[in-house]
Amino acid sequence: MGLKNQVLQALSTRLGPKNVLTRREDLIPYSFDGTAALKQLPGCVVFVRSPEEIADVLRLANQTKTAVVTRGSGTGLSGGSLPSRDCIVMCTVRMNRILEVDERNLTLLTEPGVTTLDISMAAERVGLFYPPDPGSMKISTIGGNVAENSGGLRGLKYGVTRNYVMGLEVVLPTGELMWLGNKCVKDVAGYSLKDLFVGSEGTLGVITKVLLRLIPLPGTKKTMVATFDEMDRAAEAVSAIIAAKIIPCTLEFLDRTTIQCVEDFAKIGLPLDCEALLLMETDGHRAVVAEEAKAMAKICRQQGCRELRVAKTVAEGVKLASARRSAFSALARMAPTTILEDATVPRSELATMIRFVDQIAKKYELRIGTFGHMGDGNLHPTFLTDERDQKEMHRVEEAFKEIFDEAIRLGGTITGEHGVGLAKKAFLPRFLGDTQIDVLRKLRKVLDPAGILNPGKMFD
Amino acid sequence: MLVELAKSRDGERPSYLKGLDYSVVQQCMHCGLCLPTCPTYDATQLERNSPRGRIALMRSIADGELTATETFADEMYFCLGCLACMTACPAGVNYAELFEQARAEAESARVLTSPWRRFIRMITLNWLFMDHARLQVLGRLMRLYQTTGLQGLIRRCGIMELMPGRLRDLESMIPEIQPNFSDELIAPRSLPKSGAARYRVALLTGCAQDLIFSDVNRDTLEVLQENGCEVITPANQPCCGSLHAHNGEWETAKVLARRQLDLLPPDQFDAIITNAAGCGSHLKHYASLLKDDPVYLARAEEWDGKVKDIHEWLVEIQFRQPEAKRPEVQLVTYHEACHLCHGQNITSQPRDILKAIPGCELTELPESNWCCGSAGIYNIVQPEMANDLLDRKLAHIESTRAHVVATGNPGCLLHIQNGVRKQGSDLRLAHPVTLLAEAYRREAHGE
Repeated sequence: MGLKNQVLQALSTRLGPKNVLTRREDLIPYSFDGTAALKQLPGCVVFVRSPEEIADVLRLANQTKTAVVTRGSGTGLSGGSLPSRDCIVMCTVRMNRILEVDERNLTLLTEPGVTTLDISMAAERVGLFYPPDPGSMKISTIGGNVAENSGGLRGLKYGVTRNYVMGLEVVLPTGELMWLGNKCVKDVAGYSLKDLFVGSEGTLGVITKVLLRLIPLPGTKKTMVATFDEMDRAAEAVSAIIAAKIIPCTLEFLDRTTIQCVEDFAKIGLPLDCEALLLMETDGHRAVVAEEAKAMAKICRQQGCRELRVAKTVAEGVKLASARRSAFSALARMAPTTILEDATVPRSELATMIRFVDQIAKKYELRIGTFGHMGDGNLHPTFLTDERDQKEMHRVEEAFKEIFDEAIRLGGTITGEHGVGLAKKAFLPRFLGDTQIDVLRKLRKVLDPAGILNPGKMFD
Repeated sequence: MLVELAKSRDGERPSYLKGLDYSVVQQCMHCGLCLPTCPTYDATQLERNSPRGRIALMRSIADGELTATETFADEMYFCLGCLACMTACPAGVNYAELFEQARAEAESARVLTSPWRRFIRMITLNWLFMDHARLQVLGRLMRLYQTTGLQGLIRRCGIMELMPGRLRDLESMIPEIQPNFSDELIAPRSLPKSGAARYRVALLTGCAQDLIFSDVNRDTLEVLQENGCEVITPANQPCCGSLHAHNGEWETAKVLARRQLDLLPPDQFDAIITNAAGCGSHLKHYASLLKDDPVYLARAEEWDGKVKDIHEWLVEIQFRQPEAKRPEVQLVTYHEACHLCHGQNITSQPRDILKAIPGCELTELPESNWCCGSAGIYNIVQPEMANDLLDRKLAHIESTRAHVVATGNPGCLLHIQNGVRKQGSDLRLAHPVTLLAEAYRREAHGE
């Protein structure tokens, strides 16, 4: 079938032929995002450079009932930016200017296509800090981060993307442009619509500008690695740290399989003979950092950690953290297909959940690598499988169903930071319940009456 | 010849990508971490010009969803083959192999049909680089052109101004040919400077390297002799096949690999030394090239283990630091050849060597491991992209205020040298081994 010629013509006239891709060889590289085993060829890919262009594309799409999928760098892990059939993929990577760093109000105004790393570096250059640090931060765009409400390693202490969004410029599916929020720390005028757009996964509008909150850059930080012979002990150590009223900025764990893959890639001397590894980072004032680090080290020793290594320099700490960030991709060394989940539970239930994941892997005879943000209960059990093996893929699905059920039973959620997209869509209605899903549907219908934005994602 | 390739759907043409172990294609989980390290993606921000985009195209061919089209082939040749994506890839995708197979696929599909291109490839890949004697004859002729004043005459008389811009650029890129080639500078067998030989090594003199940088080969020899190596350097060495493998001539690359193995049986040496990053990165993978060859496979495996880049080898045998009474202070910066840092994971060793040279102050080059645009013959076939990368590199070099740029690959040396010359700068380009050899010589002269 394909996109109608008249739509392609109109796009080409409005954006210039160079900014509209239709050749098969150009489209295939846009037929996926960072999610495993999902693939769909779009009708075309367009590059937009301004809110006005975006508005025009959306008006055209509305008139012609053409689906539009907004995309940044395509690193999402729930299929959120996976094209729908014959859709327009609207790519924002060329809107990549940081417009303002306001040191007096501690804010940063940016276009959506700027990478998370560039934002973080722009803030650091003036002694400020943008904390959210998703694993793909070197290439993920801020527009995508806001749309998915991305988390990261520092979520435990600093929260997630939502906590740093002060304002948004959004184009509605019907083509109107609106500003939400402002530089005021306090603002209670009307519903907080900006919060509706954070995490809306490209279903309600297209983000064209983001106003971010920055905070002072912590004076110093200390990174430590503790190894354990049993996963349980590591989980207990985490609970004990939280119970001791310490909120480190990072409290990550890797299991044996993940440690091996990460070490294989990063070669930073991680111990290969332990069952679990905790990566801990505390930041802030020198005195507080020293005290917290000491207390955490003590707790780890009390929980019988085998070895405790303190990064000697900040650079070594950064190396350890970036090695951890590569965990998911590094696991791909083990198997042709790696399917990652992010079931999340209240921190008190961590040990229970980790044991459950382990049992499930045994029950379904699956290989699994688990890592995640232990400090905030956000686990990333990753199944190492092969998408061509349909029987095993079916077992993976069954295993995930059980994991989600258990997460919900423990008071957790089906996704902590990756979003619903296509990957969790089937689980959302049960998790939210009829009333909530109904409200979501009505909301979406009001903003996107023709249903053109990211159709088929999150819920129907 | 033992060639086991999957047949494509038309049943005639062998398909390299379909014949590939599918897990190699499947290894890419398209996480996107390669994107910021890819110079072509950085330039265009088009997924097609990125590693994961190219792998997606290769996979589509392997899956039978796409045939090797002209656009596909163009894309595979737009890739620099710098392998920065391999350093960035946590999943360990073997992009080098995929990329070579994809170019082979493009060649066997014969979708790039320009007669001029075919002619050039035939002359160079299938004739010139198949016999080193031919290359040397060409070298002599070029040397004559340069030394008889003909080059100067042609450049002055304005005839070049009448030529199309491309040809003019190409003429200006002709490197200066050395008066003596390696076999005139290096004996087939050389003993250590002093004492008994601790190691017996073979020295590979390269193709272009032999004509343009035979002095670097001699420097390499001297440095090896200074460090207790007996060095075997056969005259008239065959091309290692790197050029062919990188340019889709997979079968020819196999032929050349076997020749190399016959000439220098690895069991007779402690190490086989190369000083050209691009060659080294290929030379270490003969086993995967010859994996279906029962006669040569075992020898290829031994070979792969013994091939050492000169920097790697010197650090491994704990090379001797030269002494100096009056060290000559020079500010040196180091450009990492892609096929050293990304292709062979050699990053600290060249720096260790530079730091060991008395008077050498090493200053780090920003983006030192970002491709300079040379990339084999890329600067000839994709001049626009290559020049953009060169400009970026030159700007970084200028920011260091260094007097010397050291780099361990002939392609980079030439490409950056051309850029420096155009700028009218007196910056010196040198192989790290040359700087080390000079330091040993100064030491011997009691300086």
